[in-house]
Amino acid sequence: MSNPLRGVIVSHAAVAKALIAAVENITGVSDAFVPVSNDGCDRDALFRMLAEAVGEGPAVLFIDLPGGSCLTGAVSYARGRPELAVVTGVNLAMLLDFVFHRDLAPLAAAQRAAAAGSRAIRTPAA
Amino acid sequence: MSIKLFRIDDRLIHGQVVVGWGQPLHVGFIVLVDDAVRASPVEQELYRMGVPPHIDVIFASLAEAVAQLPEWDADPRPGIVLAGDIATLAALTENCHRVTRINVGGIHARPGRSERLRFVFLSDAEVEQLQRLAARGVEVTAQDVPTARPVPLAEFT
Repeated sequence: MSNPLRGVIVSHAAVAKALIAAVENITGVSDAFVPVSNDGCDRDALFRMLAEAVGEGPAVLFIDLPGGSCLTGAVSYARGRPELAVVTGVNLAMLLDFVFHRDLAPLAAAQRAAAAGSRAIRTPAA
Repeated sequence: MSIKLFRIDDRLIHGQVVVGWGQPLHVGFIVLVDDAVRASPVEQELYRMGVPPHIDVIFASLAEAVAQLPEWDADPRPGIVLAGDIATLAALTENCHRVTRINVGGIHARPGRSERLRFVFLSDAEVEQLQRLAARGVEVTAQDVPTARPVPLAEFT
């Protein structure tokens, strides 16, 4: 694959921007992600923002919640586009994994990120 | 009355509806009145994903909603009826006198609309639609989440 994968984080309010700032702070990588907020957007407006964020792709869309306007908009946008894949329940751990595996195909990178994010959810003893 | 909220929200089923209103109202079901979603199993699956399993989601066309509203209203569980535009809920009220209050929860910016509230953008024609509802005795307020103040129609039109 010639172009490394782009990560597009689609969230409510400023969650996406905050996650990207954290990734940059930890890894020093500043060009892996683009934030999209659904603030003030209906579906058409969200589609326009996704198109701008994805560019020519390929990309993985990271969504904050497994339901709601961010997800319905992103899945509808990605439908029929094999250069895009979608992951829900975005967290910092999956983004950190993604940063260093952007040479994978979109679906493989999405599945890998989802697994990394799932592994990060624990209830350690205090 | 089982239906606790008649809401206009162009994001349809999303966090404010399911969590913001759904939790305090203890809703047992959500009715989405939308002809396009009613015709699309794929869209329905997407909207179901955001709803906990203890809440039923009913997808209805406008015609189905007019016919079934009395049945939903007799359901012992609290419910929400949701539409993505003013015209759909206006049509529902014309055919059913049970609708006495409408919540404008989110109508976002598009060409031809101007900002009335942070979460309400309306064209002049849409303002007239809401005012006609009010003239028929329907109480119309704008309120995105339950903790916000319900803004009377006169204050945002």
